[in-house]
Amino acid sequence: MELGEIVSVLLQGAVVTIQIVAMALPLAALMAFVFGLIRLYAPAPFKQLAIVYIEFFRGTSALIQLYWIYFVLPFFGVSIDALTAGVLALGLNIGAYGTEVVRGAIQAVPKGQYEASVALNFSASQRLVYIILPQALVNMIPPFGNLSIELVKATSLVSLITIADLTFKAKSLADMTLQVGEIFGVVLVLYFAIAQCLSLFFRYLEKRLSRGLGRGGVN
Amino acid sequence: MIELTWDWAFVWQVLPMILSAAKVTLLATLLGSLLAVTVGLIFALLRRGPSKLIRIVVYWLMEFIRSTPLLIQIFFLYYVMPEFGISMSPLVTGVIALGVHYGAYLSEVFRSGIEGVDKGQWEASRALNLTTLDTYKDIILPQAIRPMIPATGNYIIAMFKETPQLSAITLLEMLQVAKIIGSENFRYLEPFTLVGVLYLCFSLLAAYSIHHIERRFPKEGFNLR
Amino acid sequence: MSQPIIEFKNVQKKFGDTTIFDGFNFRVEENEIVSIIGPSGSGKSTLLRILMTLEGIDGGYINVGGESLWHMLWNGAYVPASNKHLHKMRDQLGMVFQHFNLFPHMTVKRNITEAPMRVKGLSRQEAEKSAEELLELVGLSDKADSYPNDLSGGQKQRVGIARALAMRPSILLLDEITSALDPELVDEVLDVIRNLAKEQSFTMLLVTHEMYFAREISDRVCFFDNGNIVEEGKPEAIFTDPKETRTKAFLNAYLGQ
Ligand SMILES: Nc1ncnc2c1ncn2[C@@H]1O[C@H](COP(=O)(O)OP(=O)(O)OP(=O)(O)O)[C@@H](O)[C@H]1O
Ligand SMILES: [Mg+2]
Repeated sequence: MELGEIVSVLLQGAVVTIQIVAMALPLAALMAFVFGLIRLYAPAPFKQLAIVYIEFFRGTSALIQLYWIYFVLPFFGVSIDALTAGVLALGLNIGAYGTEVVRGAIQAVPKGQYEASVALNFSASQRLVYIILPQALVNMIPPFGNLSIELVKATSLVSLITIADLTFKAKSLADMTLQVGEIFGVVLVLYFAIAQCLSLFFRYLEKRLSRGLGRGGVN
Repeated sequence: MIELTWDWAFVWQVLPMILSAAKVTLLATLLGSLLAVTVGLIFALLRRGPSKLIRIVVYWLMEFIRSTPLLIQIFFLYYVMPEFGISMSPLVTGVIALGVHYGAYLSEVFRSGIEGVDKGQWEASRALNLTTLDTYKDIILPQAIRPMIPATGNYIIAMFKETPQLSAITLLEMLQVAKIIGSENFRYLEPFTLVGVLYLCFSLLAAYSIHHIERRFPKEGFNLR
Repeated sequence: MSQPIIEFKNVQKKFGDTTIFDGFNFRVEENEIVSIIGPSGSGKSTLLRILMTLEGIDGGYINVGGESLWHMLWNGAYVPASNKHLHKMRDQLGMVFQHFNLFPHMTVKRNITEAPMRVKGLSRQEAEKSAEELLELVGLSDKADSYPNDLSGGQKQRVGIARALAMRPSILLLDEITSALDPELVDEVLDVIRNLAKEQSFTMLLVTHEMYFAREISDRVCFFDNGNIVEEGKPEAIFTDPKETRTKAFLNAYLGQ
């Protein structure tokens, strides 16, 4: 096979990979915020539920979670297609790590900010929404950037439940053509390119946000 | 739909097989972490070395390794290396892939750990006419180790949790064994859950030990000889 | 004596095993300006933080404006205050902090208008008009659109004062508001407080290490040690003729005599 043909087949896989990232990333962010906030502020039983979720998904591996959702859930009568299983497993897994990012960033906001907002008589939810979260958000961007790259890497696992992502295409091309060197070389470069794009995006976001927050000096 | 209830008899039947596969998982983790620490240290030192070219090359190499999937790296080693006449067993492939991948993460931990040691220590060593190698070995590293323990430990646990990916090159570790059992018996619930629980137990145990090691570790560092 | 605006009755406060206040009594009259001086760790900040509801108490009662701060009447009995009660009580209180605690993600103007709009329900025009007046009062009209991190320490603290005043508190709590400032910036902040003291009727409770300022501005000075008021009285009396040996020792150390 020509290198051009290989690249074009692999690009189809890359599109699937990007689609999975685009679906799992919002899910992960949602889980991270919901359970991060529960972990910090909710009453005891909810807090424990959050801890169970976090410890479970961080304590076992993404691949096991993926297999469990894909192979075991159907036995319970929950029929689930490979794509949903993949997005669900990756979103829940990365989201569990994200809760700690949310929690850490909120706790890193100086205590004086909380005190000033109490002194100005803001309600508890106003304190969170208008004072604490806007500042915490900036602290969250770099670790979220790293997590999003972990997510891109983890998407390669969905190839093992037959989703035709970049890794899956690479593996089947390699089995077919035996041009393993070119194929896996191109694949590595493609993943690297996706990761670099995300990383650039998050760096841009951080700059934008911190400028909006008056941290950058120029308004 | 198959009526599904938890079957203890099946659990007792498959547990021994999964536990014996756990030995492979733990062996891969152990060898992988030894390699990762070595690789990490070498890259950390190279990134502090005198040659600017080497520093830049090593930086991008680390960045590359860290931002591409472990699974692809495993495939690369397993399928491409034989083209260069290097054929390795799944275990050796896995250990190298894990070691290099996590070595890239650890190099960053080690680098910041080394940079965290007071600059005065370097000046004092220079004044005592120690060589660079001796300064690292006798002065800098012993002081840098304690602060590095938590992050290093977390990466080793993370590596442990990625060992299931070695099933993709047919290494008979826990998950692969569970999958085989599952497909033979048409029952995935017990094997996969068992593997999950075992991973959870091992990681919690490891996290606890790391915490313990860090606390027990002498604050002022120790002598490497 | 008239009804005091602030009254501590037999207040207990502990941090773990350390007792800060053990049966503490204290009162402040309406429109009185009281300075609190004393050695580090004597509980001065804790006193203000309890009033601002940033710290709870372990026993006793505190009245603010004739109502219990940390308790409320419920079916004829006193029970711990609810959030709603605390919210109502905080309406009378404002605080300026040692480290300013301005909101870094908001412009100076937003720092001042945010709480009046969100908490008091003022319209944007009302809040901004009041912010402009306050900025003029503290001499920072030209900084309305700057961000806090672009201001000097003295300017930050003046914004801090304007922000507290925007909520129209009847009691202003000032905790060492100049001790994080470079010496040459202290006066611009103290001048603002001097003017406030002259022009407006406020109850002010200030913790300070600026002895000359305390002497000049206060109606009463309290010397604190170990969670107790060791000595209190008119500024002249305390500064020129302290009765207690501990007061003397403290003032000698401070005023370098
Ligand atoms: N949150 C807290 N937890 C434990 N101890 C505390 C806490 N806040 C204050 N303390 C202790 O209470 C004592 C009184 O503290 P406080 O801040 O009121 O002193 P202060 O008179 O304001 O001193 P300074 O002049 O240094 O500001 C100190 O010994 C302090 O260490
Ligand atoms: Mg204080």
